[in-house]
Amino acid sequence: MKIVVVLRQVPDLIEPLETNANETALNYEEAGFLVNESDEHALEQALLMAEAGAAEVAVVAFDFGDVETTLFAAAAKGVERIVTIAWDDSDPPLADVATVMLAETLKSLEPDCVLIGCQAHDELEGALGAKLAVALDMPYLGVVRGVECSQDDNVLSAFKEFPGAAKARFSVRLPAVLGILAADQPPRYVPVSRIRAAMKSAQFDEAEAEPIASRTAVRVNRIFLPDKGDGATMLEGSEQEVAEQIADILIEKGVLT
Amino acid sequence: MIDQAAEPRSCVGEGFLEELLDHPEGHDVLACMQCGTCSGSCPLGQSMEYPPRRMILQARRRDMQGVLSSPSVWMCVGCYTCTLRCPREIDLTDTLWPAVRDRALQEGIQPPPELQSALQNLYMYGNVLGKSPRKRLEWSRGLDVPVTDLSKEHVAVDVLWLVGCYPSYYPRNQVVSRHFARMMTRLGVSWGVLGVKEKSLGDCDRLFGEEGLFETLVETNKELFERQQFKTIVLLDPHSYRALEVFYPRYDAGFPAQHYTTFLADHLDQIRPLLTKPVEARVTYHDNCCVGRRCGCYDAPRALLEAIPGVELVEMERNRENALCCGGGGGGMWLDGHITEHGGKRLSDERIRQAAATGASMLAVSCPYELSRFEDSAKVAGLEDRLVVRDIIEMLAESMGLDERDNR
Repeated sequence: MKIVVVLRQVPDLIEPLETNANETALNYEEAGFLVNESDEHALEQALLMAEAGAAEVAVVAFDFGDVETTLFAAAAKGVERIVTIAWDDSDPPLADVATVMLAETLKSLEPDCVLIGCQAHDELEGALGAKLAVALDMPYLGVVRGVECSQDDNVLSAFKEFPGAAKARFSVRLPAVLGILAADQPPRYVPVSRIRAAMKSAQFDEAEAEPIASRTAVRVNRIFLPDKGDGATMLEGSEQEVAEQIADILIEKGVLT
Repeated sequence: MIDQAAEPRSCVGEGFLEELLDHPEGHDVLACMQCGTCSGSCPLGQSMEYPPRRMILQARRRDMQGVLSSPSVWMCVGCYTCTLRCPREIDLTDTLWPAVRDRALQEGIQPPPELQSALQNLYMYGNVLGKSPRKRLEWSRGLDVPVTDLSKEHVAVDVLWLVGCYPSYYPRNQVVSRHFARMMTRLGVSWGVLGVKEKSLGDCDRLFGEEGLFETLVETNKELFERQQFKTIVLLDPHSYRALEVFYPRYDAGFPAQHYTTFLADHLDQIRPLLTKPVEARVTYHDNCCVGRRCGCYDAPRALLEAIPGVELVEMERNRENALCCGGGGGGMWLDGHITEHGGKRLSDERIRQAAATGASMLAVSCPYELSRFEDSAKVAGLEDRLVVRDIIEMLAESMGLDERDNR
């Protein structure tokens, strides 16, 4: 089985985020980057699937942000092939552009299964995984928390999470795209000595996908930080007293009459 | 395609002894006579499935599989008691334990999650707390003395002060940093800091067994220090001091360094007349393991304390080379959950009771980890009303009248 994982760079939230001059996007030139957390889980899930059976794992990423750090770590973890997509802009590709360029690259890799994080904290237009599935003409299952290989090479068992921590097992006919929420185990720690070794030996293949102009119908009017409130008020007293205070507040705010 | 440089070996732990013997200090394990002094001295030895003696035995038997997958691997707190007491002078703390941990990591054995976070933070941000490197100077906000930021101005200074991770970011320790800045200024010392360019020295990573991470930090720091003009490096963190004093020279990165206790003790003639306000307290001092047992410095902190008017210094039953570790070294600061789960206790809780047994009203420390560890333990032991934990710098600052703004 050939598994391809999409790894995205997202702004690192340990740094304060700034908006651009037009207040229509983040100021990416001032941002730090790291791998999207659920994409890292997608990679871990792929490695677990590879260890459980005869699967090979490749990763695809835009050459953007601090992607080399991410890709060397992936190489140190045992990824067999790394494909980068050239990207020169200081802003990341918009969702429709990313979809087209990733889909073109993924098609060339002929995957049996594409794993991608089911969310990213800078996504404005919905899950990229679902868009990729449409572009690749494959089924999509999102919010997946664990995958099992089956006896049939053409079918996987994937566990989808529902509200209330409910979990359902789905049989997924391959090829397919899975949006991973969490892998069966936390992403593995890889010692830095292995990453340093990977820095010396890993080679990246460059995809032939060409940048396209965005035709997105979504336009951001303004992006801004939420207004700071005055802080929290702790309601004290018995359950009945607290309930009455909540009711009074809701009435005062016009929610209840 | 990727050349997998470090393929898993066919058998877990295979070849460990040979790798250990490749190190000059590692060869000493062959001198072990299995007396068990190390295991008996280890403050957590009785809880370990594989205490140091048994670990050496297994290495010499070439049977490390059980050792490497055991929780014992992540229980050493780097206190150096085993090393100091070993009759064959085997370098257990700085050689055996890091080698075992390194091998466990290379075998793909996952360290406890809390330690993984600390290691990842170090790799990504250069500090264990996972804080923004841009906020390295946050401790100095509102400070009433000038700070020479050597990341912005290239000037010669007498003292390159490596502030350290906790003193830079952790609010309780930031108070101590500000006192130290005022103190050096009052003493007329020309000093500077590295600001946003400062990174951890990797002091504990080496004892974690994360040799690759340690080497990365050594390379970065060496290049950074070589670009500065200074006479000596001064550090608040004894673990960092130990790293610079003991480990960095092994990587051709030797720099003159002093822990703040010896630096200030060298200035004691100048400091003594400035100590005008009495600090009325019965004080006991906790020897930290790196400045104490590892580097043999016991007198400087005591000389500073005894110079403060009003201080009555009393010793704990376990002091100097026999002092009980606070449990924060060797990665212990990020292994409390693991050690409490498998060791059944937190060493700082035990140590705070030993301090209280002296009748002291104040526990003096000289390590950034110890302030929070012992203040937590004082609460756990119900001693917070009768035993105050203070860094020696805070006590000196109070006596020198430097602490008005940060008086707690």
